[in-house]
Amino acid sequence: MSTLATLPAATPDTERTLRHRRVRQTWGRPWLYLPLAGALLLMIAPFLWMLSGSFKPEADIRRVPPVLVPTAPTTANYGELFSTLDFTSMFANSVIVALAVTAGNLIFCSMLGYALAKLEFRGQRAVFLLVMGTLMIPGLVTFVPLYVLVSNMQLTGSLIGLVLPFLAGPFGVFLMRQFISTLPDELIDAARVDGCRELAIFAKIILPLTKPALATLGIITFLGSWNNFLWPLVVAQNESQYTLPVGLALASSGQSFTRFGILLAGAVVVLLPVMLVFLLFQRQFVAGIATTGLK
Amino acid sequence: MSTKTLPDRGDTHKQSTAGPERSAGRRNSGLRSPARGRQARAAWILAAPFLALFAVFMLVPVVWSLLMSLTDTKSADLRTPLNVSFTGIDTYVRLFQDDQFFTALRNTGVFVLVALPLTLAAGLAAAVALDRGIRRFRAVFRVGFYLPVITSIVAVAVVWKTLLEPRAGLVNLVLGWFGIDGPAWLADTRFALPVMIVMAVWRNLGTVMIIMLAGLQSVPQSLMEAAELDGAGPWQRFWRVTFPLLRPALLLTAVTTGIGYLQFFDEPFVMTGGGPLDSTLSATLYAYNQFGNGNYDMASAASYVIFVLIVALTVLQFRVLRSVD
Repeated sequence: MSTLATLPAATPDTERTLRHRRVRQTWGRPWLYLPLAGALLLMIAPFLWMLSGSFKPEADIRRVPPVLVPTAPTTANYGELFSTLDFTSMFANSVIVALAVTAGNLIFCSMLGYALAKLEFRGQRAVFLLVMGTLMIPGLVTFVPLYVLVSNMQLTGSLIGLVLPFLAGPFGVFLMRQFISTLPDELIDAARVDGCRELAIFAKIILPLTKPALATLGIITFLGSWNNFLWPLVVAQNESQYTLPVGLALASSGQSFTRFGILLAGAVVVLLPVMLVFLLFQRQFVAGIATTGLK
Repeated sequence: MSTKTLPDRGDTHKQSTAGPERSAGRRNSGLRSPARGRQARAAWILAAPFLALFAVFMLVPVVWSLLMSLTDTKSADLRTPLNVSFTGIDTYVRLFQDDQFFTALRNTGVFVLVALPLTLAAGLAAAVALDRGIRRFRAVFRVGFYLPVITSIVAVAVVWKTLLEPRAGLVNLVLGWFGIDGPAWLADTRFALPVMIVMAVWRNLGTVMIIMLAGLQSVPQSLMEAAELDGAGPWQRFWRVTFPLLRPALLLTAVTTGIGYLQFFDEPFVMTGGGPLDSTLSATLYAYNQFGNGNYDMASAASYVIFVLIVALTVLQFRVLRSVD
């Protein structure tokens, strides 16, 4: 394509090269769309299969070879999901836990992030290194003691046990500190000159300016908490504390294949809220991932 | 809170350089000490809630876990976690005498060595194609490639199990169109781990893509044009101009993905439970199973070994990817 543009033509812009240039400007490299579309199909095939399967009647699920599109689409799978598995209360639990964890991280991480980025205090470097150092520690290292701790605090029987260990994570501090560092020092100095108290500077001046970073952190934390399942699976003692992934995981273990219609419907229900959050806040989310490089 | 403790004076002005006599021996920041004291106090007030939670739910468990691995802590000690005896490195000796742990380490090693380069390559290719190759429908491709990243692993497991179902699944149906008789993927020791690798690449290439996209956008267009004028072809332009500029982003993704992959857990936990015949048993799953069996000491020891491996891999990656400069 690029060679065409440099062909020795009688006039610099023949109609052909012009057309090519126009195509290239609006489409890029046209031949790339085919392999990319193929890759896209591979990537989303599981989701299409999930969607199709969730509307399949039992007869279709059992069919060999399988059908791609349900022969007689039904919403019975979704109905049963909410009638027999109590997905409503699990949904509520997931929302409560995710919102609480998100709120905690937004508040505590932005506070420490500001202190590390803009305030001077002895031990600052030590605190920073200590918090960042734990980013590399595998989750399972803290898992066992956390379990012993939370069960001795008698919290395994309540949603608090699902929330408390995740209220303040090192990742949020990293993100907030990085972002707040980019804000001009003059803002803070000017506020000090005006007699603004230190804590008020944070609450009234810095916090409103960190909205983009807060949005990013909020979305990342919400998605992470929504999809978290190992901890709630181990800690939740009875059905009233199950979150969606826990309910789905337990329902899927030891199920006969014919029940897969219901499980696929469950998978759709688990996925829908995060997809919605992602599509709504895509820009902030992508920006946040890109600046921090962490999930 | 602050109003009570702070000396209530109006002059919070920064009369810098004025008289640093009191802070003579200390770090000279140009601030008078009362101002610096106020700042430090505010900093600690802001830091306190996080640090309190962090200490209880992160620092204490990290140290406790190490102590557990040096004692004979079992699930029977759950209510009396201090009532255990010190056994030194005995747990680690037993851990390295366990053939199953080596199987788990080998599986994890194979997984990281294969899945990590594949994920990086696939993510980079997707990013370059979206950034340089096409101009329309970028958002559609980006969302599609990123979707697996935000999907709950439990939902993923449910879907993939039905996809891989030997007779009623989509994968073998498609293979059948080409005359291939697909195996029972998850029940076959030869295929179970490769399936986990494919799943992991599928789930994580979106993250790499997003970071690489950001990296690509920071490559100045003028540089590319200059290279083009100098007669560099597209291939040369990519390897000689773009790729070196992407190295920081590549290092970042290699390190974070590597840390995640060494903790390889989700896929086997929800799909195979480590089977068949331990062929998908990962080191982290081994540690988790020890926890499930009540061997808290073994679980902690195994997770500390994984921790050491993570640090080693990270250091190695920094060496390799930095040294080329």
